Amino acid sequence: MRATVSIRGGAHTPEPHESAVGHVTGSAPYTDDIPEPVGTLHACLGLSEIAHGRIVSMDLDAVRAAPGVVAVLTAADIPGANDISPTGLGDDPVFPTDTVAYHGQPLFAVVAETRDQARRAAALARIACDPLPAILGVEAALDAGAPDVTPPLTLARGDAEAALQAAPHRLQGRMRIGGQDHMYLEGQIAFAIPGEDGTLTVHCSTQHPAEAQQMVAQVLGLPFNAVTVQVRRMGGGFGGKETQMNLFAAVAALAATRLDRPVKLRPDRDQDMIATGKRHDFVADYDVGFDAEGRIQAVDARLAARCGFSADLSGPVTDRALFHADNGYFYPHVRLASRPLKTNTVSNTAFRGFGGPQGAVVAERIVEEIAFALGEDPLTIRQRNFYGPGRDVTPYHQRVEDNILPRLVAELEASSDYRARRAAILDFNAQGGVARRGIALTPVKFGISFTATWYNQAGALVHIYKDGSVGLNHGGTEMGQGLFTKVAQVVASALQVDLARIRVTATATDKVPNTSATAASSGADLNGMAALDACRKLKARLVAFASDRWDVAADAVAFAPNEVRVGDAAIPFDAFVKEAYMARVALSATGFYKTPKIHWDRANGQGRPFYYFAYGAAVSEVEIDTLAGEYQVTRTDILHDVGRSLNPAIDLGQVEGGFVQGMGWLTTEELWWDADGRLRTHAPSTYKIPLASDRPRRFNVALADWSENREMTIRRSKAVGEPPIILAISVVEALSMAVASVADYRVCPRLDTPVTPERVLMAVEGLRAAGDG
Amino acid sequence: MTDVTMTVNGKAVTRSVPDTMLLSDFLREELRLTGTHIGCDTSQCGACVVHLDGKAVKSCTALAVACDGARVTTIEGLATGGVLHPMQKAFNDNHGLQCGFCTTGMIMTGVDMVNRYRAAGRTLDEAAIRHELEGNICRCTGYHNIVKAISQAAAEMAAPQAAE
Ligand code: FES
Ligand code: FES
Repeated sequence: MRATVSIRGGAHTPEPHESAVGHVTGSAPYTDDIPEPVGTLHACLGLSEIAHGRIVSMDLDAVRAAPGVVAVLTAADIPGANDISPTGLGDDPVFPTDTVAYHGQPLFAVVAETRDQARRAAALARIACDPLPAILGVEAALDAGAPDVTPPLTLARGDAEAALQAAPHRLQGRMRIGGQDHMYLEGQIAFAIPGEDGTLTVHCSTQHPAEAQQMVAQVLGLPFNAVTVQVRRMGGGFGGKETQMNLFAAVAALAATRLDRPVKLRPDRDQDMIATGKRHDFVADYDVGFDAEGRIQAVDARLAARCGFSADLSGPVTDRALFHADNGYFYPHVRLASRPLKTNTVSNTAFRGFGGPQGAVVAERIVEEIAFALGEDPLTIRQRNFYGPGRDVTPYHQRVEDNILPRLVAELEASSDYRARRAAILDFNAQGGVARRGIALTPVKFGISFTATWYNQAGALVHIYKDGSVGLNHGGTEMGQGLFTKVAQVVASALQVDLARIRVTATATDKVPNTSATAASSGADLNGMAALDACRKLKARLVAFASDRWDVAADAVAFAPNEVRVGDAAIPFDAFVKEAYMARVALSATGFYKTPKIHWDRANGQGRPFYYFAYGAAVSEVEIDTLAGEYQVTRTDILHDVGRSLNPAIDLGQVEGGFVQGMGWLTTEELWWDADGRLRTHAPSTYKIPLASDRPRRFNVALADWSENREMTIRRSKAVGEPPIILAISVVEALSMAVASVADYRVCPRLDTPVTPERVLMAVEGLRAAGDG
Repeated sequence: MTDVTMTVNGKAVTRSVPDTMLLSDFLREELRLTGTHIGCDTSQCGACVVHLDGKAVKSCTALAVACDGARVTTIEGLATGGVLHPMQKAFNDNHGLQCGFCTTGMIMTGVDMVNRYRAAGRTLDEAAIRHELEGNICRCTGYHNIVKAISQAAAEMAAPQAAE
């Protein structure tokens, strides 16, 4: 009998998240849920209370004497290197020795029998410092001539200066773009357990186990093979656990090895927000030349970022901001420069989009400025400036080859009824009421690949057990994005077995070594391909076995749903595997993948840093109250390109969640440091991420079902993690239109982000005052 | 240390605990019911919601000793005989989760809101669900599928056989 059914849960089907049942029953454990062995201790960090200064003395006697305290650890206790800089710059101490570099910097750790005792003890430290002047923000850093934390980048093509001077129209502006806290619901955590012979295992909520392993080894002076870092799942990451967990892993490991007892370090939410880096805030200065039709002739822009006291990932983040400062638009002549500025604040880090969204915001501001200057619909200006054949070279000299953005935008323009709604809104606003509306359609073009080319590699491990069940492991980490589900679906399709047969196990450095961070949206692209490579090896062995065993040609062996066809016979998969085992076929294989085609010459700002681009577009409509500044997003329509989706349900979730997270970044989430450099928004009480009620009233999200990746990616899919953040720019521009209506759209309101109700109100009043004057 | 006795998920438990111990820590550490998550420790995120005498509370807000004699239901006590509660099933069916860290609190809040609205004879429409979720934050999903899941479960729980 021939099976006509297909496997259950293969690639491209909308399977639920692999842990969905575990999550709804509370039985899917996170790091804090791992049973604590008897004797487990708890650590707490002691933080600096000034932003910048020389350490005169650290009196920790009272900390040591506090109830339950077992040890106090400072820089002097570190046996290896006192550095956890992810780029090897040596500027990121575990604990500083002579200078405090920001308010909230960890200075020591206290280890006690209970978490409560450790926290109470930490508060008893007496740290004396000679204060030094502190530079906190981007503009202060620019004014003071502060240094860069890492070398800046310039991208240039053509002659921007000459083209600006020759352009029929020219305008300049400045935009301030706020940062963002990750607010992953599961905070940072590390749990270190000493093993035999000087080894240890660290359970850590990390997007980059191999780096946590490296940092722990480096701090303890151990070879990498003595340290195993493991994570089954995270309660959210968003970039905040790409490097920022290193400190927690290193401190827990240091304490565990010093005391030879398991040690857990889980900061409370406030410490987590104070002592870990965030999305970079930027100040962008732009100068644009354009013609009477609004076609851009030249752009010259400088994007300066608050990086904090150390480089962390600020180099690649500010590079990526430049890579996306064109968004979807062709700049015939261009010069883009970054300034990764050193400040006395926490070291900013990766956050979903990795600088790209900040760059795209600048591109959209430029287009909006042109539209206001010419009195045109901004969408018209956007469409006139899209990349297209003959106008397809980016500022980094990579060609845009697929050019599907115009089609995608045209479809969304039609399906959302953009033009008619905009006309209706113009009429509504013309009545001059207190409520004003705005609508905007903004596009996304996002480059996929790590710009650190060597990061674009991945490993996987696939076992077929002799009962026919499959074990899957790879270097990617699960943070809720559905990576484990997607890669398992790829394996199910490759082996033609039901998804239920496949178990994905925790990411661990002793299974797949030397892995890259699960970041840059690349998780499924890289790990899916590596797992597929392992499946191909296994299938080749099994085909060779079958053709030998049953004496048929290799092409007479085929993997059919849950069975293997050998000539005319169909053998159930488990029976087939059993036979292969008995014939001593190796049923375990490693897989490897490296992204082809990419190269990047940073010194000359040229190359092909991205394997391909992912696209999308959103239309948002808002209504503002011009007396209060309050507003509501009344409707958002999204059309997003994920190539041939590996799992449409998961991809839609990424688009929806990414949009709302981006909306939070651009509207309500305001990080606020006081004049002393103290972060005042360090809990959800003062730092406002979107609530269920903030979601657009009407929210229509669709995937561009016709899209297929032109490149040979995993089953022609495209990455989806980061690009949707950029969709939220549509909300900013819709707010801008509503605000501009009070001055009859003559002036671009130049809203800084986040566009809080307060900023809306100030902008409305500013425009009205200017109109009266 | 004080002795506290509670009925947790139908079982009587007695423990001697410090007066300062939070209900969330009591459930997680004393009873190892780790489906109750800690997202903020300070009553702001909703990840730790459980039912105390049938009403949703943030367990990081209550002291264990103050719950002496109470009946507590946690996420682990929601499914009966291995069958998912309609709210759990709806979160699964509607992809109402990503990282899952907020999910157990969302589900406990969802069940509570459906029960309260039904008891008061009010309809739990989408706007009401969004309003009721004010105390539960989710950083991953954008809430779209969470709201859908609660609506679906509300409809199913309205059927008489799905009572409690
Ligand atoms: S942990 Fe209880 S509300 Fe956040
Ligand atoms: S699913 Fe991650 S916080 Fe809600």
